[in-house]
Amino acid sequence: MFNGTMADVNEELFQTADDAVMLSISLMSVLVFWLGLMKIAEKAGLLELLARLFRPLIKRLFPDIPDDHPAMGYILSNISANLFGLGNAATPMGIKAMEEMKKLQPDSDQASRSMITFLAINTSSVTLIPTTVIAIRMKYESIAPTEIVATTIVATLISTFGAILVDRFFYSLRERRIK
Amino acid sequence: MQWLTTVSTWMIPLIILLVLIVGTIKQVPTYETFVEGGKEGIKMAVSLIPFLLGMMVAIAIFRASGAMEAVVGLFSPLLQLVGVPSDIVPLALVRPISGTAALGMTTEIIGTHGPDSFLGRLASTMQGSTDTTLYIITVYFGAVGIKRMGDALKVGLIADFIGIIASIIVVSIVFG
Repeated sequence: MFNGTMADVNEELFQTADDAVMLSISLMSVLVFWLGLMKIAEKAGLLELLARLFRPLIKRLFPDIPDDHPAMGYILSNISANLFGLGNAATPMGIKAMEEMKKLQPDSDQASRSMITFLAINTSSVTLIPTTVIAIRMKYESIAPTEIVATTIVATLISTFGAILVDRFFYSLRERRIK
Repeated sequence: MQWLTTVSTWMIPLIILLVLIVGTIKQVPTYETFVEGGKEGIKMAVSLIPFLLGMMVAIAIFRASGAMEAVVGLFSPLLQLVGVPSDIVPLALVRPISGTAALGMTTEIIGTHGPDSFLGRLASTMQGSTDTTLYIITVYFGAVGIKRMGDALKVGLIADFIGIIASIIVVSIVFG
């Protein structure tokens, strides 16, 4: 109205609606593949093994999730997938982890404490190899495309650690409000 | 650093192999289990559509209408005050909101200033060290039908801010 961009808005609106449907459909392929594979991993006891290995750490981050709950295994596979830059595997495992956490409170549409912690870790992106960025740097003929790996890891560590602290802070605020 | 890329490409096939071998040893009916698990994926993808569509359309309108530029202009002086270089301000503000827009900006910064310049390295670090908070929240909460997300958005955005400041400090120290 004021910027004279209404025509752009109209065009963009429906183009994006189209993109969103396409994106969801293209997510279907990775979802089906990884959830299928992870189901095998779950039944074979691999997720349980992973959860048992990292229990001391994960138990501290997610105190509300009971021991041996399948959510633990999926949370860990999501974090490992993120760490190794397997972006398309991380999303299905993350969604599955959310679903398992939802099972702990089936009748509520409110985010639980564990869910918020999990989201905080994910949005601060725990990555070791920023593959997309390296690809762009190669395209523009960087003399050292991977030299930003170290700075990225340090920045990621700081932001993830910060996210966990901020999450704890808001949790204690919520607790105080209830009391 | 070449080994990093090699590790990435070998990782997925190795995981698949490992899962299938262990599954076979433990006598899990692998194919039937795969199909059973995969079915859930279809339901999830479909239930994601309204959440993703709503969020993406809202962001698209915000962007195409010029409102995003206005907001970026509004916040720029504030971020410059805390030491964010002016060329990086739009990227810092857009990174949590739109993944495609942020990637475009990173590419542009790397293109105009060069990948080995201070700004190029900073943009690269920033792009890699934080994620698109809004997208992740939409997808993860959308897929399981959580509508009241509590403090998740606040926590996510503050974490992004920490990540951005951390990127600037780390890149300044290492490459400054």
